[in-house]
Amino acid sequence: MNWTIDDTWIVTIGAMCAVACALPGCFLVLRQMSMMGDAISHAVLPGLAAGFLLTGSRASLVMFIGAGVVGVLTAVFTQWVSKFGKVDRGAAMGIVFTTLFAIGLIMIRQAADHVDLDAGCVLYGAIELTILEQPVRIGAFAIPPAALMIGSVLIANLLIILLLFKEFRISSFDPALATTVGINANLMHYLLMTMVAITTVAAFEAVGSIIVIAMLIVPPATAFLLTNRLNVMLAFSVVIGVISSILGHMGALSVPPLFGLKGTVTSGMMAAVAGGLFFLAWILGPEGLLITRVRGNREIEKPGSAPSGETA
Amino acid sequence: MLRRAILVILLLGAGSASAGQVDWPEAGLVWKVFTLQDYNTRQVVISTILLGVTAGLVGTFLLLRRRSLMGDALSHATFPGIGAAFVVMILLGGTGRSLPGLLVGATVTGLLGVLLVMAIRNTTRLKDDAAMGIVLSVFFGVGVALIQMVKDMPQAGPAGLNDFIYGTAASMIRSDFLLILVVAIGTCLVSLLLLKELTLLCFDESFAASQGWPTVRLDIVLLTIVTAVTVIGLQAVGLVLIIAFLIIPATAARFWTQRLGWMLTLSAIIGGVSGWLGASLSALVRDLPTGAVIVLVAAAIFLVSMLFGRGRGVVPRGLRHARLRRKVGRQHLLRAVYEIVESGQPDVAEPVRNLPITFEALLAHRSWSAAQVGGLLRTARAEDHLENTEPGSVRLSEAGFGEASRVTRNHRLWELYLIRYADIAPSHVDRDADLVEHVLDAEVVSQLESELQDRPSSLEVPPSPHFINHPSPEVS
Repeated sequence: MNWTIDDTWIVTIGAMCAVACALPGCFLVLRQMSMMGDAISHAVLPGLAAGFLLTGSRASLVMFIGAGVVGVLTAVFTQWVSKFGKVDRGAAMGIVFTTLFAIGLIMIRQAADHVDLDAGCVLYGAIELTILEQPVRIGAFAIPPAALMIGSVLIANLLIILLLFKEFRISSFDPALATTVGINANLMHYLLMTMVAITTVAAFEAVGSIIVIAMLIVPPATAFLLTNRLNVMLAFSVVIGVISSILGHMGALSVPPLFGLKGTVTSGMMAAVAGGLFFLAWILGPEGLLITRVRGNREIEKPGSAPSGETA
Repeated sequence: MLRRAILVILLLGAGSASAGQVDWPEAGLVWKVFTLQDYNTRQVVISTILLGVTAGLVGTFLLLRRRSLMGDALSHATFPGIGAAFVVMILLGGTGRSLPGLLVGATVTGLLGVLLVMAIRNTTRLKDDAAMGIVLSVFFGVGVALIQMVKDMPQAGPAGLNDFIYGTAASMIRSDFLLILVVAIGTCLVSLLLLKELTLLCFDESFAASQGWPTVRLDIVLLTIVTAVTVIGLQAVGLVLIIAFLIIPATAARFWTQRLGWMLTLSAIIGGVSGWLGASLSALVRDLPTGAVIVLVAAAIFLVSMLFGRGRGVVPRGLRHARLRRKVGRQHLLRAVYEIVESGQPDVAEPVRNLPITFEALLAHRSWSAAQVGGLLRTARAEDHLENTEPGSVRLSEAGFGEASRVTRNHRLWELYLIRYADIAPSHVDRDADLVEHVLDAEVVSQLESELQDRPSSLEVPPSPHFINHPSPEVS
């Protein structure tokens, strides 16, 4: 494995991306809306296409805004369908995002004669290519533009969550209580959705949607298995995100050569590593399969606790 | 810039219609395609219809189990299977492009993903959504890593694997068609044979378990047929849009009916029609991806169903609400007038006589605003419940007075019933009675009469069991 400054940048961008996603992701998992990240990242396609058709360039502000708007609209439409139509929220989400995705596909196909936008690039992303872009110079540092973009989203997310920590916590665990103490639970819902949409879109352009979908859910869910406290869960999910990024990139460089292949994409490997970490927490965590089994057996075997024998 | 903006607006607005540059096919061809007479497109159209019908059936069960997004997790979970099958087939010396091989791989990881979702949900504190999200993203990530890993292999060139994400119905060959045919018919048969068991599973899982049904195994059967539908849908409509096929027809059907049999039928029809219209349109117009058009057709049907569906549609439900609100308002007004007239009467034993009352007395009787009372009076006048009197005074018509006595009588009968049998204090009973009196039908009223037999059983209105508060009890 040949580690260069470029690899450091890739890992840094991946880690920033993972942290930026994991922070709002914790609240998505707590609110049982984990699939929202997936829905938004598919649904923004028409926004991306419209922005792209308007400006003709791939990394434009218009495209960013278009996708962001459609991302928030996804959340709004989902809410409408499930509220007015009294449809199960999962089904509402599925209907909205597949329809938007279909519209986006048609727009791209119709415009294929005029412009060059490959739908595949949006899904896979190419974190490796971010470092090839012309770096932005700040003082003595040369920073890849993607790092700047994701870094600012990360800082924004961090600030919002630090400032509104109490509000987010109350409205996630007990929306009714939040309303009685004067917090607009609905507003918090849409604020969270906006954060998810903007993070998705920002990360999406730089690194592809797989990282976003995986990092929104897997690190928070892993952290959820490890602790009962919200602030510990946030911290754990950040750490898990960073570890996934480091190990993911190392894996992408070093696993394929074992089979005589050149290498693979970091994004996919990051998701795979995060999945591996989740698996470890699932089996070995404080409420994991292994521990509860051992502890359960010990409690049964303890004399005087439960009558031994057929307790399973 | 302006030209582009116009293009975007046209594209957005037209949705599926394509802006300008389309050469419309001639009418004869349109007819042939839609009636399945065109040889080139027949296979594609038939297989999307079959796919729609099957997905509609299976999706209904998913929707009723509140597992709609399972199709999402599942279709993404098939991706690494496609990649792995591709690698295995290359290692075995093949081209890696054989569809049955890829679909076997897809089925294997799809099922694995579904089982993992169930395992995560059953053994951790995480809920369905998180379990599905984890499986979806991790499996998809692994799939992408696998496929990118092999894309540089000399034998590979797996550009075709992308087709599974977006679907390419047009490139369907005879053997693909037969595969879809067999799987679709098999899936329909299984879900119809297990109709009773699956219904039970959807509506009352614990009851099914207590009756000795193998609920876990039934669940696995259901998810297996979902997997089968997803896998055959991959090639035709693609990984993302098969999700729509599983969700939209069932959800649209739900707006029209409360009965499972009808819902299954409707959902299958909606799925079939979307497949038929979508595939035909996309065959006729250049550059319209099949899967996307099908989804838009289904989404249009969904929108119409959501707005106008007879059972739970937004408009019919709104109309029902409005009707009920009008009825409640009418009954409140009539009872208020009756109570005011009654309280103005010197002798309680006398039958109540229809007298005019003042607008102010009416306004003070309940917590109404002047505008509300005005609206209620207008409605009542339109319904011939009021007589025309000078402004500021209100007098019921004969029909109105009869209706008012009936409404008041129902209210008081219900109050008496609540006081006697539900042990509610007379001072509180008014409000409790208010909640149900508007939906009392004749049968319940006669039951109430027989329950309260020692009351004067004539058609008289019994006296109120509690004090009615009148700020100004005089009758004009």
